[in-house]
Amino acid sequence: MTREIAVVAFAQTDHRRTSDELSEVEMLMPVLHEVLDRTGLKTSDIGFTCSGSSDYLAGRAFSFTLALDGVGAWPPISESHVEMDGAWALYEAWTKLLTGDADTALVYAYGKSSPGSVRDVLTRQLDPYYVAPLWPDSVALAALQAQALIDAGYTDEPALAAVAARSRADAQANSHAQLRGSVPHGDYVVHPLRTGDCPPIGDGAAAVILAAGERARELCERPAWIRGIDHRIEAHSLGVRELTDSPSTRLAAEKAGVFERPVDTAELHAPFTSQEVVLRNALQLDDDVHVNPSGGALAANPIMAAGLIRIGEAAARIHRGESDRALAHATSGPCLQQNLVAVLEGEPRHVQ
Amino acid sequence: MTTEVLKAPLVVEFPFTRSLGPVQSAFLTGLREQVVLGVRTADGRTLVPPVEYDPVTADEIRDLVQVAPTGTVTTWAWNPAPRRGQPLDMPFAWALVRLDGADTALLHALDAAGPDAVHTGMRVRVRWAAERSGAITDIACFEPYDSEIGGEVGAHDGQFESMVTGIVAQARLDYTYSPGRAQTAYINALAERRIVGERCPSCRKVYVPPRGACPTCGVATAEQVQVGPGGTVTTYCIVNIKARNLDIEVPYVYAHIALDGADLALHGRIGGIPYDQVHIGLRVEPVWTEGGRYPDHYRPTGEPDADYETFKELL
Repeated sequence: MTREIAVVAFAQTDHRRTSDELSEVEMLMPVLHEVLDRTGLKTSDIGFTCSGSSDYLAGRAFSFTLALDGVGAWPPISESHVEMDGAWALYEAWTKLLTGDADTALVYAYGKSSPGSVRDVLTRQLDPYYVAPLWPDSVALAALQAQALIDAGYTDEPALAAVAARSRADAQANSHAQLRGSVPHGDYVVHPLRTGDCPPIGDGAAAVILAAGERARELCERPAWIRGIDHRIEAHSLGVRELTDSPSTRLAAEKAGVFERPVDTAELHAPFTSQEVVLRNALQLDDDVHVNPSGGALAANPIMAAGLIRIGEAAARIHRGESDRALAHATSGPCLQQNLVAVLEGEPRHVQ
Repeated sequence: MTTEVLKAPLVVEFPFTRSLGPVQSAFLTGLREQVVLGVRTADGRTLVPPVEYDPVTADEIRDLVQVAPTGTVTTWAWNPAPRRGQPLDMPFAWALVRLDGADTALLHALDAAGPDAVHTGMRVRVRWAAERSGAITDIACFEPYDSEIGGEVGAHDGQFESMVTGIVAQARLDYTYSPGRAQTAYINALAERRIVGERCPSCRKVYVPPRGACPTCGVATAEQVQVGPGGTVTTYCIVNIKARNLDIEVPYVYAHIALDGADLALHGRIGGIPYDQVHIGLRVEPVWTEGGRYPDHYRPTGEPDADYETFKELL
């Protein structure tokens, strides 16, 4: 029988433009302690630990190994790392719990973008033969997608500005967010995207704890059960993809069971306003779905943690009783190349 | 007490050296010869730039065709502030261009007067670089070109004289590195010829160099503890191969040294004693050279060997 697995705790840092007084492990430890404190677990109680981060942000090889000091890796623990957003670390942890090898998992992710230039750093994930030698930065590639959407009539610049304004207004209620409230839409960074259409560059970390079956009920009053989770990838080359659509998101959502019945909340990892347009369409989200109540990646986008934060934010709304069925999405690669979709549910509450 | 954290420029620079398969080799050699090649899939589509495997079916594809150096913009983005390494050093448009005869688009720069001079559907042509080596940058950029769709398209054997079989793509990223609070304190103390560790509030062990966390307990450490200067060799090895750019005669000894008061051995070179006389239990102390920011090596103190009981937990 398939095990039921839930997110039982979530914590994140305050996301900031710089945090150079802290090493990565110093930035990470408070959120690790917060999720452990919430569940009453000690590091030695955790069955499996998995993390996501990137050496290219740190500018240093095997940078994740130093972060292990924060989880107490002695005596030896069962541990793994993905050089990806922590959402994919959560996927690995979820499969580990499904095998029955562990009952609890600690998943964390962190990114310090402040030491380098994140627009340049992200060019290093591109095709090294045909694309990376041209150094097209992350905003440029997102702008190509935005223009394609505008040309196809799916959106226009005022509509994109409205996405930005709504996200940052919603982020008012999120004390961890980096950009909150009224943010000027600004000049073009790469036309048609203005500063307001782009995510803030910042440092931050997040952690969640997963637990299986009865263990989840012991650790959390209202666990956020993962009813489905799937991730799909599209061709690397932008020129062979249909940039106005996200078939990988749609397929992942279908496999995760999103379309079986409506969701009330969607935390979408859309660092650029135009990408929210693509995702809403791919996920068939109605206007009555609460999209990115946290403010989303437009309010805080710590690279490698922002996708895990979407799952954490969706789960936290279920923990608090603000959502019954939520969708969480994470992306990686240029122009929504890879997409992960999870469906989280709280158990029905007794109606009076 | 708060001290300013240390910061320093950090440059990560490397030649990204890659070999090419038969399809990429033909494409990049073709660019050197001002010929644009694509590859045809089983269902008759022509992919430019070409790939070795069909992105839909994953079938191997090798069927090369020549396409025109003219094409149509499928989407674009005006870049008002070019960044290092980008194809043009004045404002330009990024464009996906579907070359005549191709079914997919190629990403490159488009040289145009301004955003008002660019639109999806506009006709463009390749501007070749004056010096070409067999790289994507052999296309200097695209430029506006008023023409009908057409041009020479047809089968091509992909063979040229002296095929390009590899590329070197230079990469450079600039960072401002900061080691954080704990390691800043460690490095600042070294400048005063002191070695400091941090004590774990939970297990009470002293870690050196400190990284702000106890790796056993997973908790933050903050209490600074001065350790050494004396220490004990807990294990060692004899290095017989000379490292490049390292001005140390071989053989030399590299050792784990448990400084007095520390619960973790750090490593360092042992000098001032013949290499074959270094042994576990040897008492050593750091040697700073003039202007050195850290101990150059450790040398024997002349004390009797440490009692095994005093360092057995640190092996």
